[in-house]
Amino acid sequence: MSRRKTERLLNLVICLLSTRRPLSAEQIRHAVPGYDRDGDEAFQRMFERDKNELREIGVPIEVHKDPWEDEPGYRIVRQSYELPEITLEADEAAVLGLAAQVWQRASLAEAAGGALLKLRAGGVETDESAIGALELRVDTRDPSFPALWEAVRDRRAVRFDYRTAGSGTVRTRTLEPWGVVSRRGRWYVVGHDRDRGESRVFRLSRIAGPVSPIGRPGVVEVPEAVDLRALVGYRDDLALPERPALLRVRAGTCEGLRQLAQAVRPGADGWDEVELVFADPERLAGWIASLGADVEVVEPSDARDSVIRRLKGALA
Amino acid sequence: MSTADRLPRLLALVPYLMSHQGATVPEVAKIFGLSEKQLIDDLQLVWMCGLPGHTPGDLIDVSWDGGEILIDNAETIARPLRLATDEASALLVALRMLQEFPEFAEVGDRDALARVIAKLERAAGEGAAAVSSQVAVEMDAAPGALAAVNEGLRTRRRLSLTYYVPGRDEVTPRDVDPMRLVVADGRSYLEGWCYRAEAVRLFRLDRMLDVRILDVAAEPPEDAEPLDVAQGVFRPSPTDELVELEVTPAGRWVTEYYPCEEVVELGDGRMRVSLRARDQGWLVRLALRLGDTGRVVSPPSLAGAVREQASEALARYEECTG
Repeated sequence: MSRRKTERLLNLVICLLSTRRPLSAEQIRHAVPGYDRDGDEAFQRMFERDKNELREIGVPIEVHKDPWEDEPGYRIVRQSYELPEITLEADEAAVLGLAAQVWQRASLAEAAGGALLKLRAGGVETDESAIGALELRVDTRDPSFPALWEAVRDRRAVRFDYRTAGSGTVRTRTLEPWGVVSRRGRWYVVGHDRDRGESRVFRLSRIAGPVSPIGRPGVVEVPEAVDLRALVGYRDDLALPERPALLRVRAGTCEGLRQLAQAVRPGADGWDEVELVFADPERLAGWIASLGADVEVVEPSDARDSVIRRLKGALA
Repeated sequence: MSTADRLPRLLALVPYLMSHQGATVPEVAKIFGLSEKQLIDDLQLVWMCGLPGHTPGDLIDVSWDGGEILIDNAETIARPLRLATDEASALLVALRMLQEFPEFAEVGDRDALARVIAKLERAAGEGAAAVSSQVAVEMDAAPGALAAVNEGLRTRRRLSLTYYVPGRDEVTPRDVDPMRLVVADGRSYLEGWCYRAEAVRLFRLDRMLDVRILDVAAEPPEDAEPLDVAQGVFRPSPTDELVELEVTPAGRWVTEYYPCEEVVELGDGRMRVSLRARDQGWLVRLALRLGDTGRVVSPPSLAGAVREQASEALARYEECTG
C-alpha cells in the first residue's frame, strides 16, 4: 500500500467516524484529500476499492439508503468501530500474555499479536513475562491449516485431495468443516463429508495440494452439541481387543519393553520371558522389529508373522 | 509487518500514544515491532492526517522532540478498532487450551483464566466465541511425574530422573536442575540442566519412570540458556548425518512423526525422504520398524547395518521354527 493511499484511507476513517449524518460519495470526495484530483469514474472505482479494503481490516462502514435521497450515504458508527472498554487485573494480564505466545506459525501468531497490540492501544496492560516457568507452543505446520481455519471461521465448504493411509491413493473430497482439532501434535479436520453423506475425520498431513473453498460462506451448519474431540479420538480407539503376548528378550536389553511388561521371568539361557498386553498386532510388530535381534515374539502367531515379514522386508 | 498492515498499525498506534503520552520512541518502536526510523515515518504520516477541512486546527498534532512522543487532536480515533474474528479467536483458542491444561493449575491462576476468557468474549462478540469453540488443542492427561517435577521447579531443587529414551530403548539415570515446563503440541516437557549431557535438555514427562527430589539446591550454570522451541521441540543439528529413505504409502507416517529435510513424491504414494539424525542406532531401529514399507537409500553403511540386524534377528526365528 503506497504512503499516499494509507494517508487517504486514514483520513477516510477519521472523516466517516466524525460525521453524525451519513455522507454521500460526492461529499466524501470533497472532504477527503486524495480523491479530488481524478475524474468521476476514477473516483468511483477508487472509493469502491477503499471501502472494501477498510471492511477487510474490520472497519464497519454503514450504508444508508434513504428513500428521499438519490445517493446512498456512508458513515462509521463509533460503537461498532471501537474496542469496548476492557481492563485486566495483573493476574489476568499474565494469563493473556502466556496465551498470546502459544501459536508458532504466521497466520495465528500474527492474529494473536494484532489482538495484543489493539488491547494495549486500548490501555490494557499485558504482561508477557510473568509466567516464565511455563512455555506453551502449538505448531500449525500443515500448509492446509490457514485455509481450513478460514473455512471453519466462514462456515464454508471446501474441496481437497486426500491420500488414504494404507493404499496411498488420492481422492478428491468435499467437506463441510465443523472444526479443527490438534491431537498429540497432529491436526485433524472434522466435518460432514458430502460424498459419503456422513461425518468424517481427515488428517491435515495427508491433504495433498491446496484446499479450495466452494460455495458461499455461511452455509455450513455445525450440529449442535457435536463433540469434535470425541470424533477425532474415536479413530484411535477403533478398539481392538487386548490380548497377551509372550516374548523372549535377551538379558540386559530392551529396557522400555520390560517397563511395560506384565511379568518378566528370567530364563536359563541368557534370555528372559516377558509377558505383554497389546491390542494392535501391527503396532506391536513394528516396535518388536525395531528392537532387532534382542527380542523375539513367541506368540501370538499373527504378531510373530508380522515381525518376520518386516524383518524380511528390511533384509530385501 | 508488511506495508499492507500499515493502516491497521496506525489505527492502533494513535490510540496507544493517546493512552501513553510521553512514551519514548525506542519503547514504542519495540512494542510495535518497528525500527525507530519506521516509527518516525509513521508519526510523520499521522501528522498529515485529520478531520475534513485539514486546516492546521483539524490535523492530528504529534511531536517527538527529545524522543518523547506527545499526541493531540486525535480524539476521533482515540480508541483502537474492535478485535477481528481471527484475532479474538487466536487468543480464545489458546486460553481455552490453558484451561484444559493440568500443569496450569500449578503455575497459574485458573480463576484469572476464566475471568480473561469472559472479558475477551464480551469484547470480541459472538463470531469469535463461536469459532474458538471449533478449534481445539487436546492435552495429554497429566503424567504421574508432574507433581514431583512441579515441586522441584517450585522449590528449586535438583531432580533425579529415571528416564526412558525410546530411540535407544534405554533407561538412564539423569540428574537435572529444573528450569521450566515446556508444553509443545500437547506434550509436556521439563527443561533443565542435565548433568549427564552437561547441557540444557528437554525431558518428556511421560517418559520419566521415576522422579526423586534431591536435597540439593538446583543451580543451573549461569549461562544455561532456555532452548528456543519456537521452531519445534525436536530439531536435528545440521551437522548430523543426512539419511535418505524411500517409503511406500504405508511408510509415509515417517514424515508425520519426524522433521524431514526434504520429501520428494515418487508417484503411487511412494516418497523419498531425507532426514538428519545423530544416532545411528535410532536410524537402524527406524529402518527395521519400516521393514517392507521402506528402505535405506543412503548412506550404504546404514543400509548394511540394517541388513545385518535383520538377518541376525531372522536367524532366531528360523532356528525356532526349524
